Amino acid sequence: MALVLTEEQLMLRDSAAGLLAEKAGVAQLRALRDTGDELGFSRQVWREIAELGWPGIAIPEEYGGLGYGYAGLGLVLEQVGRNLSPTPLQASVLVGATAVNELGSESQKQMLLPALAAGEQLVSLALQEGAHHAPEHTAMTARADGEGFVLNGTKCLVLDALAADWFVVIARSAGEPGDTAGLSAFLVPAASTGLTLEARSLVDSRGVAALRFSDVRLGADAVMATPGQAWDGLSHCLDIVNIGLASELLGLATEAFERTVAFLQERKQFGRVIGSFQGLQHRAAELFAELELARSIVLRALQAIDDRDPDLPRLASAAKAKLCEVAQRATNEAIQMHGGVGMTDEFDIGFFLKRARVAQHSFGDYNYHLDRFARLGGF
Amino acid sequence: MSDLQQFRIETRAWLEENCPPAMREPVRGFEDLYNGGRKPEISHPDQKLWCDRMAERGWTVPHWPREYGGGGLAREEVKVLQQEMARINARLPLDSFGISMLGPALLKFGNEEQKREHLPPIVRGEIRWCQGYSEPNAGSDLASLQTRAEDGGDHYIVNGQKIWTSYADKADWIFCLVRTDNTGSKHEGISFLLFDMASPGVSTRPIRLISGSSPFCETFFDNVRADKRNLVGEEGRGWTIAKYLLTHEREMISGFGAATGKSLGELALQTFGTDPSGRLANGILRHSIAQYQLDSLAFETTMSRVGDEAKAGHGLGAASSIFKYYGTELNKRRNELNMAIGGEPALGWEGEVYDDGRICRDWLRSRGNSIEGGTTEVQLNIIAKRVLGLPD
Repeated sequence: MALVLTEEQLMLRDSAAGLLAEKAGVAQLRALRDTGDELGFSRQVWREIAELGWPGIAIPEEYGGLGYGYAGLGLVLEQVGRNLSPTPLQASVLVGATAVNELGSESQKQMLLPALAAGEQLVSLALQEGAHHAPEHTAMTARADGEGFVLNGTKCLVLDALAADWFVVIARSAGEPGDTAGLSAFLVPAASTGLTLEARSLVDSRGVAALRFSDVRLGADAVMATPGQAWDGLSHCLDIVNIGLASELLGLATEAFERTVAFLQERKQFGRVIGSFQGLQHRAAELFAELELARSIVLRALQAIDDRDPDLPRLASAAKAKLCEVAQRATNEAIQMHGGVGMTDEFDIGFFLKRARVAQHSFGDYNYHLDRFARLGGF
Repeated sequence: MSDLQQFRIETRAWLEENCPPAMREPVRGFEDLYNGGRKPEISHPDQKLWCDRMAERGWTVPHWPREYGGGGLAREEVKVLQQEMARINARLPLDSFGISMLGPALLKFGNEEQKREHLPPIVRGEIRWCQGYSEPNAGSDLASLQTRAEDGGDHYIVNGQKIWTSYADKADWIFCLVRTDNTGSKHEGISFLLFDMASPGVSTRPIRLISGSSPFCETFFDNVRADKRNLVGEEGRGWTIAKYLLTHEREMISGFGAATGKSLGELALQTFGTDPSGRLANGILRHSIAQYQLDSLAFETTMSRVGDEAKAGHGLGAASSIFKYYGTELNKRRNELNMAIGGEPALGWEGEVYDDGRICRDWLRSRGNSIEGGTTEVQLNIIAKRVLGLPD
């Protein structure tokens, strides 16, 4: 597939850019933070987004989605990154719906995916347990109980958890932490008895919570995939999720960079526009080249999802690792080049730095994915 | 069957029959590539045969028009030819500055007579060209050049000195930037002139590099007569041609970054082995190799993307500067890693046991990649000013 956007994709990108900038931009994120909004996004704006069909972009048509693929969703997520949009597009659309589609049974997909595509229900993936992403080290237990299971354990960093109607929960029905075998996935209603949520406050001001499962009883209808064999589906889901997060990081880094270049063109010191100083010009030019490389690898990885490319795992880790590196550099340079004003809360550039780090850490940071890239490369 | 499939079948059969077995072995370095010329340097007798057979069909430059000796192939056909050549590991039949640099400039700016005179001998590898651009004290500030060409009626009289002229001592003709007017700004008054290196008054002296070899020369012009019909474009307007040609040079140099042979990961595994978890035993080196391979993958993908975007009619501005900057930095990183993996044998300079210093000579040569063809700093200036719009 050619590494260019089609006319249709360009239109989608432009319409996403317009709507998100107007209704779900940095100003809205700031307002939600300042009012201490627990949900972390506006239900009204979410309804408007749902009417445009974006939640269903990557959901297959037979389950009520648009079947437009991840290349299309990636373009929307890039605009989410540019605007730091407070919406459930990451948690419920990129992560949650993908998890249901990759791990769910036929009846679960028929029951839930149309509602997710319509934006009427929200689902989030409950995976991480420790300080770092380490899916095979999942320790939470799923004990067989008749036809169903009983869940016990805790999960942290669950995105948009307070708004979720459902959780896809990864737990261990066999084996020891560190084994990929023995992992199972469950579709758990947020209102389940024994499940408690504790809101957590992270640096990027988005809605996150920790989950505690204490003897949460589930029927057979909650079991996703084959018990004990969730790893392959989970792993494929995480590849897609990380490419989507790389798209978001690409948008975020590009926006931070463009705002910085604009600042360099107007800010004067020593009687000159600071953008005329070679020390700054070369750093900006290097960053520009890095962003072009980043854009290429994200586009290639997005296409690899839709093409069912067997090299997807390696491309996914390549895209996430590269974007973790470039977004970190872009946001750090943005603060440095803005100088003192960049350190103030009143100025928006700091929001990009904060969101970048959270997106970097979600589902594996630079170290995790560079290591995986090397392992998949045979060394 | 589509025409393209038919073309593939015929091409495969022709290559099978005509590519000599010795030309299906990988080249051992730049010195092993065939460059043609009046006095060709041959490291294997089949080199010239292979070049002649390919030139017969115009396939040394398959995308040039047939009327100038090229293959006249469409883009998709060129791709098929390349794929079929790669399938049997066929060598490039001819590597020359005539193909990579002068040819594109002549096709765009040359008159009909110049194209008919100069392009076919390039295709056939009969005339080897060198580039007379850099001068002492000018370096990357190319427009400061001082070599003069005075009007002698139907000819110019050229005086001055060039430096870093690649293979000037082996070339038959030169494409040369000369100053025909000194009165305007430094970008005006530059002309693009072609002349025979066998002309009286031309002399060359090789420059030995830290790698021990001498691809570069100092080149001197002492009252050299150059026919005016070999002036390309208008007198005094040569800077446009020079810049166009520089983009081709940058892309050629950035191509040095494409790695061949065993991957760094494989080489490192041979040397260090794995730890109990199956990872390369040298953890710090593993990190550097992974970073290099990641950037290398992103770079190659960007080259493809920019190619696809150009086809779709919207390109990335100053792409050649990005490629020159990044490709040469990558190549230097690869060579540094090669040295780090290699250990003592990589430090060897001469002798069979050291493969005559191939690893460290390549490493030393790569240091020049970010200097030649406009330094990394010049490329970053171009990106900052032309793409990002930052002021002087």
